[in-house]
Amino acid sequence: MPTVTVRFFARYAELAGRDSIALAVPAAATVGDVLARIRQEIPEAGALPDRPLTALNLRQVRLDAQVKEGDEVALLPPLAGG
Amino acid sequence: MMDYLTRNPIAIEPLLAAVQSPERGGTCVFLGTVRGDDEVTGIAYSAYDEMAVAEIKRILDETQARFTSARVMLQHRLGLVPLGEASIAIAAAAPHRDEAFAACRCVIEEVKKRLPVWKKELHADGTTTWVDPSGKQVARGLHDR
Repeated sequence: MPTVTVRFFARYAELAGRDSIALAVPAAATVGDVLARIRQEIPEAGALPDRPLTALNLRQVRLDAQVKEGDEVALLPPLAGG
Repeated sequence: MMDYLTRNPIAIEPLLAAVQSPERGGTCVFLGTVRGDDEVTGIAYSAYDEMAVAEIKRILDETQARFTSARVMLQHRLGLVPLGEASIAIAAAAPHRDEAFAACRCVIEEVKKRLPVWKKELHADGTTTWVDPSGKQVARGLHDR
């Protein structure tokens, strides 16, 4: 099974009580599947929105984007740059 | 090459030097500074650094592809930014002012939409508040985009 790194930022890192986690996911899993696994692994992540903003390898993606071995998935709170 | 992200006060001169040239007669600078709303004493900025740098490169490249005579540069400050100090500075230079203003505006609008940066307001009473993209404060409940 491919392993991906999931990173949490700002308010989501506070909620999850961590900055990152490595997760093994089924082949051809999507970012949405990764999110579902996070909810299983980290009970506190139940407080995340249903459809948070996500990035895959430094680009914003939709939840149907597919992940592969070594990918970095990020959960992004509402952006507030500038 | 200047850093796109800094933890120090932003200096404008290096931004100007990155965009100005004799053939570019119009230069426009935008500064975003920390506002003193609701007894805010400062804002702590944090980022997904690697993605923020990649996104800034993409925004600058796309803006220069759209405004082909313009040159644009930006720097975003992270960490605690006190009231009145700049959290972001953008410089745009072009042969004429219309294109300089338009390119500068384009960069800040894309930054607002795309840059993975977050801000936590610090208040005079010692409390802190994450701020959502519309500027509304989010004390507890979570909001999707």
